[in-house]
Amino acid sequence: MNRAIRRVGYACVLLVVALIGQLTYLQVFAADRLADDPRNVRKAIRDFSRPRGDIITADGQVVARSVPDDADGDDFDFQREYPQGDLFAQIVGYQSFVYGNTGVENEYNDELVGRDLELDLRNLPDILSGKENTGNVVLTVDSAAQALARDLLAGERGSIVALDPRTGDILAMYSNPSYDPNPLAGHDTIAVQAYGDLLQADPNKPDLPRAYRERYPPGSTFKTVTASVALETGLVTPTEPVFPSISELDLPLTNATLSNFGGRSCGGNLIQSFRQSCNTTFGQIGLDLGESFIPGMEAFGVYSAPPLDLSPGAASSGGPPPGSFQQNQPLFAFAGIGQGDVFVTPLELALVGAGIANSGVIMKPHVMAEITDADGGAVRSFDDGSWRTATSPATAQTVTGMMIEVVENGTGTAGQIPGVTVAGKTGTAQIAEGIAPHAWFLAFAPAEDPQVVVAVLVENGGNAGNDATGGEVSAPRARQMIELLLGR
Amino acid sequence: MSAATTVGRRRRGSELVLGLLAVVVTAGGYVLLLLADGPELPPDLWMILGAIVGLLVFAHIAIRRLAPRADDTLLPLAVLLNGLGYITISRLDRDLARVQSLWIALGVGAFVLTLMIVRRVSLLERYRYTCLFLGLVALLLPLVPGIGYERFGARLWVQAGPLNFQPGEAAKVLVVVFFAAYLVDKRELLAAGTRRIGRLHLPDPKHLGPLLLAWGVSIIVMVQQKDLGSSLLFFAVFSAMLYMATERAAYLIAGFGLFVSGALIAYQLYGHVQVRVSTWLDPWPVADDEGFQITQSLFAFGTGGFAGTGLGLGSPEKIPNAPTDFVFAAIGEELGLLGTAAVLIAFLLLVGTGFRIAVRADRPFSQLFAAGLTAIVGIQTFLILGGVTRLIPLTGITLPFISYGGSSLVANFVIIALLLRISDETAARAEAPARRTAVGGRR
Repeated sequence: MNRAIRRVGYACVLLVVALIGQLTYLQVFAADRLADDPRNVRKAIRDFSRPRGDIITADGQVVARSVPDDADGDDFDFQREYPQGDLFAQIVGYQSFVYGNTGVENEYNDELVGRDLELDLRNLPDILSGKENTGNVVLTVDSAAQALARDLLAGERGSIVALDPRTGDILAMYSNPSYDPNPLAGHDTIAVQAYGDLLQADPNKPDLPRAYRERYPPGSTFKTVTASVALETGLVTPTEPVFPSISELDLPLTNATLSNFGGRSCGGNLIQSFRQSCNTTFGQIGLDLGESFIPGMEAFGVYSAPPLDLSPGAASSGGPPPGSFQQNQPLFAFAGIGQGDVFVTPLELALVGAGIANSGVIMKPHVMAEITDADGGAVRSFDDGSWRTATSPATAQTVTGMMIEVVENGTGTAGQIPGVTVAGKTGTAQIAEGIAPHAWFLAFAPAEDPQVVVAVLVENGGNAGNDATGGEVSAPRARQMIELLLGR
Repeated sequence: MSAATTVGRRRRGSELVLGLLAVVVTAGGYVLLLLADGPELPPDLWMILGAIVGLLVFAHIAIRRLAPRADDTLLPLAVLLNGLGYITISRLDRDLARVQSLWIALGVGAFVLTLMIVRRVSLLERYRYTCLFLGLVALLLPLVPGIGYERFGARLWVQAGPLNFQPGEAAKVLVVVFFAAYLVDKRELLAAGTRRIGRLHLPDPKHLGPLLLAWGVSIIVMVQQKDLGSSLLFFAVFSAMLYMATERAAYLIAGFGLFVSGALIAYQLYGHVQVRVSTWLDPWPVADDEGFQITQSLFAFGTGGFAGTGLGLGSPEKIPNAPTDFVFAAIGEELGLLGTAAVLIAFLLLVGTGFRIAVRADRPFSQLFAAGLTAIVGIQTFLILGGVTRLIPLTGITLPFISYGGSSLVANFVIIALLLRISDETAARAEAPARRTAVGGRR
C-alpha cells in the first residue's frame, strides 16, 4: 500500500507544480496584459483612489485638480474638478469612471497619477516622507486665448485653432458648443450616465471636439495647398501662365461646370487669381495637376491624422482617392478649390498654415508643454519635432507673399492689423443648395517672422447665414485672436 | 499528565513554536490590513489577537492531553491557512468575518471533540456501515423538502433553526471512513482478481458491489444537487483510495474511463456543465456574462502580479464570490505571486504531512484512512485552485481552511484531528509494546 500512497503523494506534488506554473504565467508573464485590460476596472479604481496631479495652462491657471472626497458609499477617495467648466473640456477631457478618460486626462494619465519612471526617480526622496508622487501637466494653451475663442464663437457653432508654427504649441483650441466635464467626473454612476445621455442626445453635439475631430470642406482656404503644389511641381510660376478670365469652368467627362463666387468672371496669373480667390483658375490647376495633386496634398498631411497628443486623437482629413483621376477628373477640379472630396479638420487647416508659415515644415502639434513634479519642478518638456515637410522654403515664401496680398488687397482685408503684416486666406465652403456655407479664415502673423497661426471656422455662416463669407464672418475673429496672441 | 515521552515533548514544543509563528503572521497581516484603512488601530484589536492565541493554545493543550505524540506540523499549518483566510475574509466583508470567527471557534471545538471521542481509529473501522449510512443520510438531507434549499444554483444546504450548513462536508469524512474500512478488508480480493475475461483479471462483482453502490449513490446525489465540485471530489478520492488499497493501476485507468464517460454524459445533459467548459476554454468573448467570474479572477491575479497590491490596497471585492470559491484570487491580487506560492507551499506541506502519516501508520486501515483524508484535502485544493486560475474548468468548491464557510471549516478541522489521532497512535505503538497499557491507563 505504501508504494501507491507515495505515488499519489508525488502526483499531488505534480499538481502543485502545475498550479505554480499557471500562477507564474498569470502573475508574471500575462500580468501586464490582464492588469491593463479595459474590462479590468482595478487600475481605474486605483487611479480614482489616489491623488492626481493638476493640469495647468501656460499662464498658470489650474484647469483640472483633485480634491479629497470623504463621502462614503463609493470606491473613490478623490473627486476630480474642472474649475474652468466647459472652456477646456475638449482639450483636458475628463476622468470618468463610467466613460473612461479622454483628452489630456487620458493621454497623460500615467504622468498625472505618478506612474512614470522619471517622476518616480525625482520623487524618490518623498517616499519616506509619505508625500504623493503625482505629476502635473503644464499645457501650451493660454487661458486668455482660449477664453477669447469661446467669446468669439458665442452663440454660433464653430472652431478656432491657434498654434505656434515654430514649435507646434497649441495656443488655443476651442469649438462651440462645448460642455461642462464636471458632471462626467462624478462618482454617482446613474447621474453621470444621465448627463452623458443628455450630451449625446444634443443635436449640436457639444461633446464632439470639432476642432480636431470633425471634418469640413475647407473651401478656398485650400487654395493655399493647391497653389503650393502647383508651384512646387513647376506647373505654374507666380506670374505664368495667365489663366483666362471666365465665369465658369467646363468640367471634363460631365455636363457640370465649376463657377466663380457670385458668378463673376475672373482669371489672371497665380498671384491675381489667389488674391481674388478665383475658382476657375484653381479648378483648372486641379485638373492640370491631376494625379500629382495627391502626393502634394499628402505632404501637407491631408491624408493623415496629425499626431496631436490627446486621446482620442485628431481625426484624419481626406482628399480624392489616389488613382481616381482618370475615372473622376471633376473631383480634382473641385479639390483645387477645397470642395468635392476634400474634408479637413480645423486643426489640419491650421497645420497647413503652419507649414507655409514655418518655411514648409509642419511641427508636431501638441498641447503638453512640460511635466512637473509635485513641487512644480520640471521633469521633462515636450520633445518638439517636425511632423512632415509640406513644401520647399521658396514655395512657402511665395505663398506667404500671396497670402499677404489677400489681406492687404484681396478678400481678407478684414484681417488687417495696423503695424502687423498678416498673411491670410478666406474660404466660403459650399455644402449643398439651400444650406448656408461654412465661413473660414486661415491666417498667420507677423508674416515676415510668423509666431501665430490661426484657423477660424464658423459653421453654416453662423449668425450671418447664407450671406456669410470667410472674409466677412471669420477674418475679423482671426484678427482679434492674432492681436491677443501677439500681445497687442 | 503531560506527554511522558521525549518524542511527545519535542513534538509538542515545536508545535507550539510553529503555531505561535503562524499567529504572528496572521496578526501581522491583520494589523497591516487595518493600517491600510487608516493610521488608527481599533481598540478591540488586542481582544481579537488574544482570541487567536487562545484558540491556538486551547487546541495545543487538547493535543498535549489527548494525543501527545501526534505530528507537530498539522496544527500550525491549519492555523496559518485559517488565519490567512480570516484576514482575506475580513478584508472583503467585516460582517462575514465575524461569522467566520464563530465558525473558527466551532471548528476548533469540533477538533478537540474529535480527539476526545475518537480515542482509537479502529473504533471508526468497526462502525463502517454506520458511517456509510450516516454519510448517505447527510448527502440526501438537502433534498428533503422543508429543510433543504438551493443556494448559488446548488441544492446543498440544510437549515435547522438559525443554522445553515452543508451536510455534504460531513458526508465526505464519513464516506471515506467506509471506503477505507471496506477496501482494507477486500483489497486482496480486489487486487488479485478471481475471474478472468481474456487477459483481464477481474474481481468478483460481489466484492465490488457495495463500493459501486456507495460511489454511485454519492455521484447521483451530487449530480442531482448540481454540485459538480463535490461530485468530482468524491469520485477522485474514491479512485485514489481504490488505487492505494490495491496498488493496481488498472483501477485508476478504469476510474479515468468512468470519469471521462461521466463527464461526457454530464456535458450533454446539463447546460451549466457546458457553460463551465466553454468559459474555461475561452472566457473572453463572454467576459461580461458567463465568463464574468473567471475573468474577474484572472484580472485579480494579473493585477496582483509578483508582489501584490498590498493588503487592503486592491479591489478583490470586484470578484464575485470572493470570500468563498474565489478567495484565492483575492489573495493573489493583494499578496501577489509571493502570497499564492506561499499558500500553495503550505498546502503542499499539509498534504505531504498527511501522506507521511499514512505511510508511517502501522495498520492498514490507519494507512488507507489517513491517505483518504489527505486525498480529500489535496484534491479539493487542486480542484478549486485549478478552477480559479483557469487551469481546469471551474467547479464550485471551497478552499480548505481559507474559504468562508462553516461546514467546510468544521469538516477540515475534523480531518486534521483524525490525522493527528492516527499519527499519535502510530507513535505510541512504536515506542514500546510495554507502554501500551500505560497509555491506555492514562485516561
